[in-house]
Amino acid sequence: MDTTHAHNAAASSATPLLETVNLVKHFDISGGLLDRIQWRGSNLEFARTVVRAVNNVSLSIAKGETLSVVGESGCGKSTLARTVLGLYPPQSGQVLYRGERIDNLSPQQMLPYRTKMQMVFQDPYASLNPRMKVREILEEPVRFHHKEKSRSEVKDRVAEVMKQVGVCPDWGERYPHEFSGGQRQRISIARALVVDTEFIVADEPISALDVSIQAQILNLLMDAQEQRSLTYLFISHDLSVVEHISTRVAVMYLGFLCELAPTEELFTNPRHPYTQALLSAIPQLGAPSQDHIRLSGDVPTPINLPPGCVFHGRCPHADKRCRREIPAFLASGDTTLVACHGVEEGRI
Amino acid sequence: MDTLLSVENLTVKFRLRQGDLTAVDNVSFTLGRGERLGLVGESGAGKSVTGFSLINLISKPGFIDSGSIRFEDIEITRLSDTAMRKVRGEKISMIFQDPMMTLNPVLTIGTQMIETLRAHVGCSRRQAEAIALENIRKVHIPSPEKRLKQYPHEMSGGMRQRIVIAIALMASPGLIIADEPTTALDVTIQAEIMDLLLELCATEGVGLILITHDLAVVSQVTQRIAVMYAGRIVETGDTQQIVHRPKHPYTQGLLAALPQHSNRQNRLNQIPGVMPSLIKIPPGCSFHERCDLCQDLCREQIPQLNEKSSGAHVACHLAE
Ligand SMILES: Nc1ncnc2c1ncn2[C@@H]1O[C@H](COP(=O)(O)OP(=O)(O)OP(=O)(O)O)[C@@H](O)[C@H]1O
Ligand SMILES: Nc1ncnc2c1ncn2[C@@H]1O[C@H](COP(=O)(O)OP(=O)(O)OP(=O)(O)O)[C@@H](O)[C@H]1O
Ligand code: SF4
Ligand SMILES: [Mg+2]
Ligand SMILES: [Mg+2]
Repeated sequence: MDTTHAHNAAASSATPLLETVNLVKHFDISGGLLDRIQWRGSNLEFARTVVRAVNNVSLSIAKGETLSVVGESGCGKSTLARTVLGLYPPQSGQVLYRGERIDNLSPQQMLPYRTKMQMVFQDPYASLNPRMKVREILEEPVRFHHKEKSRSEVKDRVAEVMKQVGVCPDWGERYPHEFSGGQRQRISIARALVVDTEFIVADEPISALDVSIQAQILNLLMDAQEQRSLTYLFISHDLSVVEHISTRVAVMYLGFLCELAPTEELFTNPRHPYTQALLSAIPQLGAPSQDHIRLSGDVPTPINLPPGCVFHGRCPHADKRCRREIPAFLASGDTTLVACHGVEEGRI
Repeated sequence: MDTLLSVENLTVKFRLRQGDLTAVDNVSFTLGRGERLGLVGESGAGKSVTGFSLINLISKPGFIDSGSIRFEDIEITRLSDTAMRKVRGEKISMIFQDPMMTLNPVLTIGTQMIETLRAHVGCSRRQAEAIALENIRKVHIPSPEKRLKQYPHEMSGGMRQRIVIAIALMASPGLIIADEPTTALDVTIQAEIMDLLLELCATEGVGLILITHDLAVVSQVTQRIAVMYAGRIVETGDTQQIVHRPKHPYTQGLLAALPQHSNRQNRLNQIPGVMPSLIKIPPGCSFHERCDLCQDLCREQIPQLNEKSSGAHVACHLAE
């Protein structure tokens, strides 16, 4: 795959809808001055504590595809999603939308993109204003982003979307707390669809829901995608769901991408040792517990990133080079990118 | 297999302002010595309340309304608090989703294990320390001597859950109730914890009730499954039989809703609607509002959990 990018070729078919280039997001959690004072030997020092949540992430998402990001808790999936949407400013690197940089825009300049890019969260309760009726929740973004629309046009727009996502018209006068988790998630998806959305970031949108409700929401997301050729950045730790809905899958570990491949390729032929371990650990329905790859050691924290390959401490294939040198994210085959010395050297 | 636990017609309610909520409704099941049973179902179906009832941990506004719980030859529902505490320490252990429900944040792992042991087994400090070490080894934690001196916050979630399992095992209980023990953990860690539970049940002959909503996990760990819906058991039987040939329309719908390799990117089968509120369970079969097969009889009469020709017990008027 092409890892270079075209800044200027606006909206040509080859331009990805969304692209990140060497994106880095760190959090400084040192706290106030007093918290930072530390004794080193007999010297007083000001220490900084930095969480390296997202490190050098480059990926591109084509229009109409679903790119999923998977990885263990705390590996930086949500931070990546929020940085892409401009909710966090990146330390360095770029975010491009249809080839235009959007990571350095003022809130005013960002406005046109805010209608195109929407987010659906894991907890639909926290993301819906409890004091607003469902109708108000859905009308607000239309009013804000389409000031030219008349009152009745706004109503029509909302009614149309409510019908599309299976929100009954009589829910409109009720408040979020009167609904179940699945119903609330439907409402938050409706809210993402009332404006002219092109790109939706869905961060664990079904994790809080029952299996019987998960299917309802996944169908809704897939239907909406088909009807409006939406593009999704989908975040989930449920690998069978990811396998079901994704065009391509990116695997993340401690803030780094370790593998990015078309879904079928990734699930049938995982190359990175971490992807291999992760996939082998998925419980299979009705198959007696298979022999999964056992990883030794604990997941390090993103505060003290290990040198070299961040996975080396748990990797069964780690050698001297792995402990010293950060592996580059390189093509392996036509469609896959892998960051692993062992794969590059052909020994895995 | 001789019977370890036998639950009969258990009903647990919560007295709320809006009325009585029936969290567990006339539930019966048994567990053999050393047997592994999975309790699965929708969120709010009554799985945890069932689990808590088994160790008499239902507190106000909840109460056991009726029914019996026999563990070995003890009637749990009639035990005094002191007697029950003894059962909880020595015969039945519970593992929760959050290990910090069990662990004390201000004590080292070693202190907690040793004190638990001395309270229940009444051994010397040195003996207790040896038993603690042995149990930490059993759950495959490297450098156990070092771990004994650590505090819970110095460990990862997976490591803490292993410690909880080690503590659960110390008194050599007959039964472990594990309520979503891996839901908060990553799949690689989940696989290790499940392996561990499976291994320990086999080597120590402990019975296991595994409460989870993850059918795949249950299918790998347990021998029998009980499927709960709106406070009732709607289907129970051999694990492999249920996951491959479910008989109750709810179980069928649940399994059909899971993504299949062969069906990538297509719409999934969904069960319409949501589980009814347990304050207002509809008359008849509690699943009837969501069921494709529903007939008049289903709206009127509660189906009993009867044995069908397949050997499974199914609470459905229409299932064979
Ligand atoms: N606002 C913040 N301030 C400081 N640290 C943060 C902040 N947000 C996230 N982090 C840290 O950054 C790392 C990545 O967190 P993130 O939430 O992106 O992970 P995740 O992959 O989404 O995990 P999960 O699967 O648990 O949702 C974690 O170590 C987290 O503690
Ligand atoms: N302390 C309580 N007070 C009032 N109602 C309660 C209480 N504890 C549980 N309930 C109710 O009892 C019912 C069963 O709850 P329970 O926790 O057993 O569900 P569950 O099957 O374990 O669900 P989950 O999968 O979400 O853990 C629910 O409707 C719940 O709201
Ligand atoms: S009794 Fe009727 S509603 Fe209930 S499960 Fe059977 S068929 Fe469905
Ligand atoms: Mg997250
Ligand atoms: Mg529960």
